[in-house]
Amino acid sequence: MKVWLIHHLEAARLALRRLAAAPLNSLLSLLAIGIALALPAGGQMLLANARHLAGTTSAVPQISVFMASSADRRAATEIGARLAQFGGVKQVQFLSREDTLARMKANPGLRDVIEALPANPFPDAFIVTAADDSAVAMEKLAVEFRQWPKVEHVQLDSAWIRRLDALLKLGRTAVLLLGTLLGAGLIAISFSIIRMQVLTHRAEIEVSQLLGATDGFIQRPFLYYGVLLGLGGGIVAWLLVGGAALWLRTPLSELVRLYDLTLVLQALDARDSAVLLGLAAGLGWVGATISLRQHLRQS
Amino acid sequence: MIRFDHVSKRYPPGVDALSDLSFDVAEREMVVVGGHSGAGKSTLLKLIAAVEKCTGGAVLVGGQNVGGLPRSALPYLRRRIGMVFQDQKLLFDRNVFENVMLPLSIAGFPPREAAQRVRAALDKVGLASRERALPVMLSGGEQQRLAIARAVVNRPSMLLADEPTAHLDGETAADVARIFQEFHDVGVTVVIATYAGDLFPGARRLQLDHGKLVP
Repeated sequence: MKVWLIHHLEAARLALRRLAAAPLNSLLSLLAIGIALALPAGGQMLLANARHLAGTTSAVPQISVFMASSADRRAATEIGARLAQFGGVKQVQFLSREDTLARMKANPGLRDVIEALPANPFPDAFIVTAADDSAVAMEKLAVEFRQWPKVEHVQLDSAWIRRLDALLKLGRTAVLLLGTLLGAGLIAISFSIIRMQVLTHRAEIEVSQLLGATDGFIQRPFLYYGVLLGLGGGIVAWLLVGGAALWLRTPLSELVRLYDLTLVLQALDARDSAVLLGLAAGLGWVGATISLRQHLRQS
Repeated sequence: MIRFDHVSKRYPPGVDALSDLSFDVAEREMVVVGGHSGAGKSTLLKLIAAVEKCTGGAVLVGGQNVGGLPRSALPYLRRRIGMVFQDQKLLFDRNVFENVMLPLSIAGFPPREAAQRVRAALDKVGLASRERALPVMLSGGEQQRLAIARAVVNRPSMLLADEPTAHLDGETAADVARIFQEFHDVGVTVVIATYAGDLFPGARRLQLDHGKLVP
């Protein structure tokens, strides 16, 4: 156990020494790995924030039923009662045209425009929550409501959430694909760098073998080198993504506020950060292992 | 301790380095293998340390056929053998102390004990005051003594040396030869491949000519 620990400590020290021996090369390697990893990591950060955004908005699919502008309050009351009694409707909320106007006037960006209008342009409306929120059932209700008299327009409010959800799924797949490709790239980078290291230390490897070093002893400093390279690249990626999150936070918050949403862009959380660093170190190790096995097989 | 049993070594595309070689080296014996350049001296040493494998016959070290050892067993054989190479194979980016420390690091010695052994080995070859120097700062004789210190620091039972006095002036070569004699005197089996056999008067001589033993 003690010998094992001594070997590992010595290997880690040697790997650090080799990294420090060529600071510019090491820095450029770390940057290359860091930038490659920052792309999928950044994608993951954006996805996590988009998921959070989708989670804070109403995910319950609803149907908006807008009365015709010519419909009076009595007609709206009748439609309201009919909706409440209609099979498949779970809940109905009435939004009077006056309330809608007041809400819109409260928005500083819209106030001037609305006040310039000669009359209230908004119709009475109902927000309907269906008992069955499947797409088929919702669409069936919408088709039914559109046929009712004095109903001008029926809109499935859940559509954009479904679209967002589909986009998130696509985004997850894209991040996974990007991560896989760039992960393979990291293995290739690590392979090449370790190969160069092996060639640089060829004499040392040969002498060590002649003095009785096992393959494990020879491989260990290079494996630590690969792991440190990957881990360092992971830290660079983490810093890049964190910096980008800070940089984008204010403009993105302003953008989503225009859609009546709130978002404070968050950097990678603890779990995603640990996954990033772990994967980076692991991929560095894999690249180093492949490189060393190839060399030792040939020696 | 060492037995060559009808050993042959052929390099591609058919060059015979050693042909049907048979001899024994007893424990604690000192043997000098002589012969002209290309006679097969270096190959003979490489076969003992299993750096290369014979193409015929068997090389036994401590009763073990080293040619048949699996790759995983070779490190443990080599830790029992101290080797001084013709080109010394020093690590020029490591200082004297670190070069001698390498076999002990490989064997997993605790740092404190290893440091004591390194200093003892350096003291034995007269390099105690140069432990922080890089090999490039040493003279040819000092580099050879450094190579010897690295070979013996593990306290091996057998010491192999390939042309240890090559490129050294007469006085320095005699110094180096004396160091080998001292190791032999304390019970180490020593096999030296050299064209300068006269430097080792107490050793048994084996003479090679074109890969064959000659009387």
